Amino acid sequence: MENPEKTEVVLLACGSFNPITNMHLRLFELAKDYMNGTGKYKVIKGIISPVGDAYKKKGLISACHRVIMAELATKNSKWIEVDTWESLQKEWTETAKVLRHHQEKLEASICDPQQNSPVLEKPGRKRKWAEQKQDFSEKKSLEQTKTKGVPKVKLLCGADFLESFGVPNLWKSEDITKILGDHGLICITRAGNDAQKFIYESDVLWKHQNNIHLVNEWITNDISSTKIRRALRRGQSIRYLVPDLVQEYIEKHNLYSSESEERNVGVVLAPLQRNTTEVKA
Amino acid sequence: MKSRIPVVLLACGSFNPITNMHLRLFEVARDHLHQTGRYQVIGGIISPVNDNYGKKDLVSARHRVAMARLALQTSDWIRVDSWEKYDAIFPAVPELKLLCGADFLKTFQTPSLWKDTHIQEIVEKFGLVCVTRAGHDPKGYVLDSPILQRYQDQIHLAREPVQNEISATYVRWALSQGQSVKYLLPDAVISYIREHNLYLRDPSPERE
Repeated sequence: MENPEKTEVVLLACGSFNPITNMHLRLFELAKDYMNGTGKYKVIKGIISPVGDAYKKKGLISACHRVIMAELATKNSKWIEVDTWESLQKEWTETAKVLRHHQEKLEASICDPQQNSPVLEKPGRKRKWAEQKQDFSEKKSLEQTKTKGVPKVKLLCGADFLESFGVPNLWKSEDITKILGDHGLICITRAGNDAQKFIYESDVLWKHQNNIHLVNEWITNDISSTKIRRALRRGQSIRYLVPDLVQEYIEKHNLYSSESEERNVGVVLAPLQRNTTEVKA
Repeated sequence: MKSRIPVVLLACGSFNPITNMHLRLFEVARDHLHQTGRYQVIGGIISPVNDNYGKKDLVSARHRVAMARLALQTSDWIRVDSWEKYDAIFPAVPELKLLCGADFLKTFQTPSLWKDTHIQEIVEKFGLVCVTRAGHDPKGYVLDSPILQRYQDQIHLAREPVQNEISATYVRWALSQGQSVKYLLPDAVISYIREHNLYLRDPSPERE
């Protein structure tokens, strides 16, 4: 039986996923356990939203591959899925906009129960199960408008993301406010004290501290995509650091090399480009 | 072309349960030995310790072996076996090297855990491949021990390029708390643990 007082939460992770690793996937698991463990939330879905090619980050390979790898990585997950909306936009899209897009999409599907509720179903599940769930979700979405309300989309991230708020021109201050005020952050970190200090030293983070959940990661988990790409360039094994299907895909398509790492060299990162241009204007 | 020495890597341990980090040890060690140009790793063996070892929270060897087998289903060079059989498996007798993490190397320092003669036999006859681990100083452990220092040419220190501190202790704790261990162990091992209700009891309250 659902407890109507719990806020339903969708975890959204934005990033390059270049490539996706076991660490990215762990973030979701840790966040879900933590939020469910508070007794106040129920995590109903996880979304991976790979950034579009227009982000212009060094070494960023085509979104097409990054999306496929994320899909392979989440094939065996019952609740985490990949969304391509962000990667399909022609221009780079601010994270605040991506969050808003997913929140509005959720709200639209709740108000219109005729549509397949994206909230409870993961595409590709067995037909019969999906139909049963649909009946249940129609009933539920009607009830939902009476109870605790629409599920909330929250941004899932690591500590480096939190600290990136301090990088000049990387973020618009109004976007930081939207992300923290309208949505909220779940930040997985192993250095909890550093993250708390960072929040304390920032007025905007301090103001929204109730919407920032810090989750401790007991296992030092340094599986960064950068290191994966470096290992691949050096012919070193990446097995057991990424899901097997992802490793096989990378090998089959020979995705990462010294050449691919040189992509976008000398090009300004899209948010820096946009924010400095607007400041000048 | 100089011919390389064939090597089999043997990892002994509790594997209670086996994790992605154990599997990484093999991959890192293989890369390291290949990179020296002198060795060709032709196989890997996981040898779970038997139940009489007496370690706390050790589940039955039957389960630990089954989980290791599941974990290795997708590996084409590592297998679960008892090490005594190794020379029946491989035609040309390869060099057998003991594969371990730095924490294992440190245990050589623990008084009365190892007999000096055994340490000597391991390093002299076989050799060691030790994969680094955060918070450990394997070079230091070697230099601190007269036996290890004497045979330091037989001790290969391989650096794990991607720090990944999955400990089986943490995994057991997480399981006892009903928390997710997905992506820390192979899915097949997680399913096995659930099917057999392993690690449900709260182990020692300390965690790493």
